[in-house]
Amino acid sequence: MASLKELKDRIASVKSTQKITKAKKMVAAAKLRRAQMAAEAARPYASQMEKVMTSLASKVSIDENSSKLLAGTGKLETHLLVVATSDRGLCGAFNANIVKEARLKAEKLLGEGHKVLFYMVGRKGIPIIKRFYPGQILKHFDTSTVKAPGFEEAKAIAADLTALIEDGKYDVAHLFYGKFKSALVQEPTVQQIIPVPLQDGAIAESEGAVEYEPDKEEILAELLPRNLTTQIFGALLENNASEQGASMTAMDNATRNAGDLIDNLTIVYNRSRQAAITTELIEIIAGAEAL
Amino acid sequence: MADLHFELVTPEKLVRSDDVFMVVVPGTEGDFGVLANHAPVMSTIRDADLVIYATEGGAPETISVQGGFAQVDEKGLTVLAEATS
Repeated sequence: MASLKELKDRIASVKSTQKITKAKKMVAAAKLRRAQMAAEAARPYASQMEKVMTSLASKVSIDENSSKLLAGTGKLETHLLVVATSDRGLCGAFNANIVKEARLKAEKLLGEGHKVLFYMVGRKGIPIIKRFYPGQILKHFDTSTVKAPGFEEAKAIAADLTALIEDGKYDVAHLFYGKFKSALVQEPTVQQIIPVPLQDGAIAESEGAVEYEPDKEEILAELLPRNLTTQIFGALLENNASEQGASMTAMDNATRNAGDLIDNLTIVYNRSRQAAITTELIEIIAGAEAL
Repeated sequence: MADLHFELVTPEKLVRSDDVFMVVVPGTEGDFGVLANHAPVMSTIRDADLVIYATEGGAPETISVQGGFAQVDEKGLTVLAEATS
């Protein structure tokens, strides 16, 4: 049985933990709203971009001169897994889920005899990947210096990926991130980003004769990197919103658990206090009777 | 004459969604004005000013765009830009 003093200290310690989790929960809730708004605001651009891309890509014939972002390298050997995680913890299983998804994919690819490399965005996924696939992390893109990853970061990552495929470091790239469904549900998502996945039988809209300035190929060449940036930017925003959502939920649970723990400890504390008092009284009475 | 539906979109947000009279787009190969019922065009644009005429003969409004792309279809004009100011 723990002494009264120990119990008291324990209660105080849990209470201060609860204060921290409560504060973190409120911070996450405030940030979540902003992150969610940002993610929603980015959607019109992304959907427009996608529409234009698919309508253009279906009209351009792919040959060996086509951009590698569209046509790939012609091989399927080395797969680059771009894993976007957060920089901070205290968000439940959010990062673990994304990494788990990436590992599933990696195992599948390795099983098929492909090579797998990793490109890490954010800090939290690195230790796990490092443990399971030592030496296979191609690069780590540090986002911990900025408050929230924005368009500039997306641009830098896209430029990096483009340079790497030009060097022939990889053939196919997949992007992993947590898609934001609600504050309670974040879905780890895989998306192929390079080469651009073309849906077969994409409905060629009846646009009649569209004029292209300068021409289709040049527009496409300019759009491809931009499309990549947009995809990554969208993923970063979703990730950010998901992180805050996961963090809010996790911290809410933690606060509630701490509350339960405090209740239980308080009951134990009061019981042992009463027991101590009773024992003392019995001792006094017994002593008085003995006289 | 019907108005032209004009949308200016950046990655961060939908900057404008308006019905206007005319927009002059700084295309890579030269500026072009877009009125309602313009023929479908896709064009990359220079880093320059978009000139927006809300009404015919009204005072023009300019928005400078960077890294952009313009698309005209039957629904109107959509400008995708990486940044505006």
